[in-house]
Amino acid sequence: MNKVLVIAEHAGGRLNPATAKCVTCATSVPDAEVTVAVFAAEGAEVAAQAAGLKGVARVLLVENPANAQPLAAVLAPQVVKVATGHGHVFGPSTTFGRDLMPRVAALLGVPQLSDVMAVDSATRFKRPVYAGNAITTVEVAAGSVVVCTVRVASYGSAPAGGSASVEKVSVDVALPAHTRFISVSAAKSDRPDLQTAPRVVAGGRALGSAENFELIYRLAAKLNAGVGASRAAVDAGYAPNEMQVGQTGKIIAPELYMAIGISGAIQHLTGIKDARTIVAINKDPEAPIFEIADIGLVGDLFTLLPEIERLA
Amino acid sequence: MLKILVGIKRVIDYNVRIRVKPDGTGVVTDGVKMSINPFDEIALEEALRIRERGEAAEIVAVGIGPDDAQQQLRTALAMGADRAILVKHDGPVDPLVAARTLHAIVQKESPALVIVGKQAIDDDAAQTGPMLAALWDRPQATFASRVEFKGDTLVVTREVDAGLETDEVDLPAVITADLRLNEPRYVKLPDIMKAKKKPLDVTDLAALGVDAGSPARVVHWEPPAQRQKGVMVKDAAELVDALKKKGLI
Repeated sequence: MNKVLVIAEHAGGRLNPATAKCVTCATSVPDAEVTVAVFAAEGAEVAAQAAGLKGVARVLLVENPANAQPLAAVLAPQVVKVATGHGHVFGPSTTFGRDLMPRVAALLGVPQLSDVMAVDSATRFKRPVYAGNAITTVEVAAGSVVVCTVRVASYGSAPAGGSASVEKVSVDVALPAHTRFISVSAAKSDRPDLQTAPRVVAGGRALGSAENFELIYRLAAKLNAGVGASRAAVDAGYAPNEMQVGQTGKIIAPELYMAIGISGAIQHLTGIKDARTIVAINKDPEAPIFEIADIGLVGDLFTLLPEIERLA
Repeated sequence: MLKILVGIKRVIDYNVRIRVKPDGTGVVTDGVKMSINPFDEIALEEALRIRERGEAAEIVAVGIGPDDAQQQLRTALAMGADRAILVKHDGPVDPLVAARTLHAIVQKESPALVIVGKQAIDDDAAQTGPMLAALWDRPQATFASRVEFKGDTLVVTREVDAGLETDEVDLPAVITADLRLNEPRYVKLPDIMKAKKKPLDVTDLAALGVDAGSPARVVHWEPPAQRQKGVMVKDAAELVDALKKKGLI
């Protein structure tokens, strides 16, 4: 039996969809027994959502006022305590997991594998490097705890239908006071979440201004799609940072990805290459985005977007 | 006045097209341009700006790698670091080994702040900063896009999935630099000349008491699966038709 601990990500009483994908990865470890750990100030709601995921054997709920915000320095020592007896500790490759899991691994004195995309065996894993331009197979010595972040774009969500038990546990460990949460500013929007939306419309530098980026929002609204942006568009201030797609932004795998005015630097392509269908619209027929697009259209986005919006 | 340590990793230049060796033992590095990891350049730039604001006195650039990594440390000195330390090691450096190495140097140098890139563009691991913070038992502020001193603490804005998070951390602390923290300066020729005279100490892992071994090892490299080349459509109507036929809209 391989005991796999999955660290839940959540906010506002909602389990982040990345956790259900981590559970899928965890269940792909041979002979896995999957436990989800929820660290929260009050986490009954989140724990119940985790318990409802198929493949989860039990949920551990660690409630502490200090866990109101996901600060890695505060969570890591608690994760280490809860991880006792587990051979694998998984978190999502979101900013939450990428912040927390290396800290957990270092406290455990073991290496961490980032962005695991395939589990070959309990000790052998595949992960991308060089912005996805090479895939490595990593072997971890038997007996060493395997701490991973899971590349969530590589996995589907664990379905509902589970009925795991929820167990409250108290963790006796000193927590640091040297790191304090002040605020998080997230733009409120009714748009589908970029990381889980089945359709995503993304804009690049060719949009030319934040005002013109409105064309992207409009088409996205028409298609009920999430909105993404290239690094160039974010750097130029056309779109906020949380919309960035690529090596250093979000890695996504929607059914439909529409790249509008995005030339397709390799750092961007690595963020979308698991999309089912990629559409590229660009006025430059030589743009690298056309090399990986399933459907390409050369032309002026300012004429094409309103037409597509009307016809769609 | 405080001291800042900056991590400088030597990586294959960001513009190079990566090719996996046919025998699956790694990627082609012969004759390939090497540079400072772009995120480490941003880390160094931030340290320089803190010093230029009068909030730090000294900047030490630290690299771990082969002898040739001295080139990247010289570039860091030309950008404005005061001195550099190369921890010589041939072969791959696991992020935990890198963190242990930086921790050993932190013990000697007692910096108030360590800034590293949020990830290196070769292994894309994004681990060294948080691992160092864990070993040092100090705060970490990862994916930083803004850093401000407030008395003895730092207020750091972080680029997280939800948007921008602001945290306050006590010093000493570890920061990992994200893309929009700043735009690194270009190195000027006279600075390259001056950098040749700046101190660059060379040590190694053994001297620092760090074991290079790791329980995790890469056993195989392969190129990624390629996507099939698609079709071109001639106008908006054809595109919308194609998407409707596939049931995508």
